[in-house]
Amino acid sequence: MLTIATGNKAVATAVRDAKPKVVAAYPITPQTEIVENIADFVSSKELDSRYIPVESEHSSMAACMGSSIAGVRTFTATSSHGLVYMCEMLHMVAGARLPIVMANANRALGPGWNVWAEQSDSLSMRDSGWLQVYVSTVQEAYDATLMAFRIAEDNDVLLPVMVNLDGFLLTHIMQGFETVNPEDFIPEIDLPHRIDVDNPGGYGTLTPPNEHFKFRWDIERALRDSVRVIEETESEFEKRFGRKYGMTEDYRTEDAEVIIVAMGTLGKEMEVAVDNLREEGIKAGSVRIRWFRPFPDLKSRLEGRDVVVIDRDYSFGFGGIVANEIRAKCNVKPYSVIAGLGGQEVTYDDIAGFVRDRKTDSEFWFGVNE
Amino acid sequence: MAEIPEEEYILKTTSACAGCSASLILRYVTKAAGPDTVLVVPACCTSVIQGIYPDTAMNIPVYNVAFASAAAVASGMSEAFRAEGKDTNVICFAGDGGTVDIGIQALSGALERGTDFLYICYDNEAYSNTGMQRSGATPLGARTTTTPVGKTEFKKDLDAIIAAHNPVYMATACSAYPDDLYKKIKKALSVPGPKFMHVLAPCPPGWRYPSDKTIDMGKLAVKSGMWVLYERENGKLNITGASKAAMVKRIPVSDYIKVQGRFKTATEEDIRALQNSVDLEMEKLKKEADGIC
Repeated sequence: MLTIATGNKAVATAVRDAKPKVVAAYPITPQTEIVENIADFVSSKELDSRYIPVESEHSSMAACMGSSIAGVRTFTATSSHGLVYMCEMLHMVAGARLPIVMANANRALGPGWNVWAEQSDSLSMRDSGWLQVYVSTVQEAYDATLMAFRIAEDNDVLLPVMVNLDGFLLTHIMQGFETVNPEDFIPEIDLPHRIDVDNPGGYGTLTPPNEHFKFRWDIERALRDSVRVIEETESEFEKRFGRKYGMTEDYRTEDAEVIIVAMGTLGKEMEVAVDNLREEGIKAGSVRIRWFRPFPDLKSRLEGRDVVVIDRDYSFGFGGIVANEIRAKCNVKPYSVIAGLGGQEVTYDDIAGFVRDRKTDSEFWFGVNE
Repeated sequence: MAEIPEEEYILKTTSACAGCSASLILRYVTKAAGPDTVLVVPACCTSVIQGIYPDTAMNIPVYNVAFASAAAVASGMSEAFRAEGKDTNVICFAGDGGTVDIGIQALSGALERGTDFLYICYDNEAYSNTGMQRSGATPLGARTTTTPVGKTEFKKDLDAIIAAHNPVYMATACSAYPDDLYKKIKKALSVPGPKFMHVLAPCPPGWRYPSDKTIDMGKLAVKSGMWVLYERENGKLNITGASKAAMVKRIPVSDYIKVQGRFKTATEEDIRALQNSVDLEMEKLKKEADGIC
């Protein structure tokens, strides 16, 4: 069905269509609309689910953990301070191999209070064992949320998935989007290690070093396997519903001499910059990273070219987080642009400017050092 | 005496300290709850008591969770089981630190939401698992590694906080009185909704008394009024077991204090303050139980 809605409403609609049995959530700007819509779906019986209005985000992820280990499909949503407040539980959930799906509205962290878009919240959780996908349109928010359940619950993955959408820039922007009838696209959940009173066991028992080490390796192995599961899921989605996604979204990269890399809504904005730069005779292309964990293989698209990375985040004392990952994985010396923090406006003209002014192997803070 | 089943759900391979009353409580809790039960355990002595992976001394599923999260995890688990049409008991089994300090927000939330679960706080009056640091449940005058000359504040009144949430059932118990404990667990699990139990758990290494004196220590606590056995059903208070006699006639608090190394530095003033608070509390409970308030 073709409809029009905000990114938040699209996520809530995808959750309705994925039919989780339990949703535990706590409100926070700019995510609140997601959980309000889910609460409406539950009270109107459009969604047959238990909605647990918990008293904090630490408890929302804890309640999700309790629900998921009981073997039922589970969802929550958060943002910014809520996400970092549940940090401990994010690690617990990934370690317990629970396929919880969470939407995160990317928002800056205080102080001072800032409710606008920044990806420092989710990127600071990058080492927790969660899969992370960053979306750029309302349609993609819907599609990625649906696919997240299938990917998380695949028995070769069994890890939680975080669907990230830029606060306000996507959570509150209205666009047309099409819903689908997932039918058996998301199979019944079958958690192999769910709690079973007929087959009692200890969960999260005191674990000595060698065993702990093996469990960590199992998480890494599952994350590596998840690339295949993501690709299979996206290919099946395309076959059934006609929309194509990938680990990245590439735009005019084939003959490009300079590639712009970004995540989220900036990743769409830069496509306009690419078109405009090409009209000026600059052979630009763009790679929008969708899946940040697992991290995509970008070598073939970035090596041997100029690379401009735009980070809406920062790792203090080191650099832009996306740029850091690219430096670590590819033999490139990017022009690292830090832009859009705390919802700072970044237009396609600004992005074209970054490309024109690029300096290999250096860092530029947009609006600060000019 | 209650008909306590022969079945054991905590096996003889625990790594509990000698004379551990927490494992004794766990034994009666699981006997009363039976096999259709999941225990949710935050960081506490029970994290250790159940043994080391890949082994477990527990014969029912135990979910070990983050320190602050037990009641919230139980919320999610209970809703998931009920959504699936299962009546499985969801029981949090948490120490005093995980209850009165770091876990109280999640507990308050779960009670307020009417979660169908039983929360049991076994109270050894300190962070015993990490080697006896002060908790909000440590009594006045008790030495811990973070109150080397004795705690200068009173024990937090957890039961008053819980009572303010109006759970369908709440009770206190003590490891020295397993029959009373067993009956209360049974009663708690017979009704839907949020239930709470606060069980005194004397701890030989923490309280510094010989490990064969655990039962004696629990009895002294009750006989002196330092611990009171009661239950509240839908708000109505009922004093139970040995505490009925203690309402009328008690041994001095000092008889309980002087046999524990943790009170070695307690002053006369501390002991008077403890005696005074016991007398006031007993008087208050007696009035309430008699319907005079």
